[in-house]
Amino acid sequence: MPEPLLAVNNLISEFDTDEGRVRAVDDVSFSISQGETLGIVGESGCGKSVTALSIMRLLPQPMGQIVGGEILLEGEDLTKVELKRMEKIRGDIVSMVFQEPMTALNPVHTIGRQLTEVLYLHKDISKDNATRQAIEMLDRVGIPSPDLRMGEYPHQLSGGMRQRVVIAIALACKPNLLIADEPTTALDVTIQAQILELIKELQDEMGMAVILITHDLGVIAETSDSVVVMYAGRIAERGTVYEIFDAPTHPYTKGLLASIPRLETVPKSVLPTIEGMVPGLLDLPKGCRFENRCPYRKDSCSASIPGIEAISDSHVVSCFHWREIESAQAG
Amino acid sequence: MSESPILEVRDLKMHFPVKEGIFMRTGKFNKAVDGVSLKIEPGETMGLVGESGCGKSTLGRCITRLYNPTAGQIRFEGHDITHIKGRELKPYRQDIQMIFQDPMESLNSRHTVGDILQEPFIIHKIGDKASRQKRVAELLDIVGLQSRSVTRYPFEFSGGQRQRIGIARAIALNPKLIICDEPVSALDVSIQSQILNLLIELQREFNLSYLFIAHDLAVVKHISDRIAIMYLGKLVENGEGETIYQNAKHPYTQSLISAIPVPDPHHKVSRQVLSGDVPSPIDPPSGCTFHPRCPHVMDECSVNIPELIPLKESTGQDVACHLYK
Repeated sequence: MPEPLLAVNNLISEFDTDEGRVRAVDDVSFSISQGETLGIVGESGCGKSVTALSIMRLLPQPMGQIVGGEILLEGEDLTKVELKRMEKIRGDIVSMVFQEPMTALNPVHTIGRQLTEVLYLHKDISKDNATRQAIEMLDRVGIPSPDLRMGEYPHQLSGGMRQRVVIAIALACKPNLLIADEPTTALDVTIQAQILELIKELQDEMGMAVILITHDLGVIAETSDSVVVMYAGRIAERGTVYEIFDAPTHPYTKGLLASIPRLETVPKSVLPTIEGMVPGLLDLPKGCRFENRCPYRKDSCSASIPGIEAISDSHVVSCFHWREIESAQAG
Repeated sequence: MSESPILEVRDLKMHFPVKEGIFMRTGKFNKAVDGVSLKIEPGETMGLVGESGCGKSTLGRCITRLYNPTAGQIRFEGHDITHIKGRELKPYRQDIQMIFQDPMESLNSRHTVGDILQEPFIIHKIGDKASRQKRVAELLDIVGLQSRSVTRYPFEFSGGQRQRIGIARAIALNPKLIICDEPVSALDVSIQSQILNLLIELQREFNLSYLFIAHDLAVVKHISDRIAIMYLGKLVENGEGETIYQNAKHPYTQSLISAIPVPDPHHKVSRQVLSGDVPSPIDPPSGCTFHPRCPHVMDECSVNIPELIPLKESTGQDVACHLYK
């Protein structure tokens, strides 16, 4: 087994809010190897974005803090490195693409300036060289007439084009890991298809690892090798994409997969639902986070938090009763 | 189909003037809706799919008469409501209601849920205070909210619950047609199915007709009887949901369906990735507006505008494409 590129172990991140301290990420572990795509899926507030921001060390300051665990990137613990070193790591080894390209780009700077900035920061590079590389990168992400686009401002581009620029900036220094936080959520389906295709192509070409954060199970199924399902700050289930979609084991994963309308479901049939709603981070249940919505709930579920249990080498679940639920459904 | 349609839209156009230059002269028009015709039968759901900027929301707002259409006709239960105003329009405001995408923006944050739900009755002078309060309690029960919600404010609810309030307001006056403009797009996956189930249940119970506007084809197919696909202000194809999904004819519909990520890792992705972006409706391409992106483009496509006509094989589908003349 080769050393993973990134290993997140028992990560805990907390926020100070007016109403008190909340734990947005609680005991999250996963790893990703070179060239692999890991999908993190969950609903709003499940901690998937905070996990990503923790890896980037970009939690809003001073409210957000990593209070436990380790983030090993190529063996270096990112929770402990100096900010100076982190600035070097960002962009060079790990980059991030955000959901809304308009807010990720600076509206008063040209595309060219924002692209070459990354190169100047990370490389000892001449102006001509930087411009040439920037144009190459724009061309690589499929922007037509890239030399003209260099002098344009973000507002002159469409949403899909802007996201391409953001990807070009993120990949300008050829990082080993790309974290994409809902990169296509704000885009139309046909543009989404273009962007996902582009990320896949660049990944094959550069051999980087990708962490793709989304709430869209379709996107996960299509792009990911392994999947982390998060619920209310904790991992509910983790496995290969086939394990998660073919043999979902956590009641939340089962419910989520059952509730999405698919093109082949009978029109106007009643969709299975997960009753109730996600608990707020300020008043989390004492026991299993999914306890109040779980159809298989037992009294013991509210007593303590279930640990992570291994189903196979690659498949883990956090549920007290998964064995009983499985055998009840098999029999 | 012997019943007369509840809504009939004929060749509807909505052109917004674009002001330019220092004298703010109107030089060009944004042809957001450019010649759309459709029919909705009582109790039917018509799904309207398209990408952002295709004019689907504008079409919805023309039907509710939030906009004054530039040309064409809107007939509701046989009456022409395209240009009526004021007192004449008021009864139709009861019959045609709307559900919006973002319930936080469409609910007044300074009013309690009780105030919000009573307002339609006050505006239309229906009932006295006691009967209104009784009806509000009923409405909350129908959409699955607790009756003590009346004294609470919208921010105290989650996204899914707020959408239930929006739905309660829309059905308050027993409408016949509801325009649902992306009602589940802003909601989490596990909440989406709850709201879709509620909308389907309400339709059965009150024989409602829906115009369901969304960009998610899987969601639209689930709730709709028929689906219309819109591109740059025009319908390019319509037909029964199953027909459209199994047997889409228009190249745009085909690529739209193939672009949907399927939640099954075994699914083989055979995708026609469309190149380019949606052109601007201010300067739409000549001929068929889809021709610059179309994989099957022919010489004719940049010259003649294809009409939306029934397909020769009688599948009940209409297609606007030169391939199928």
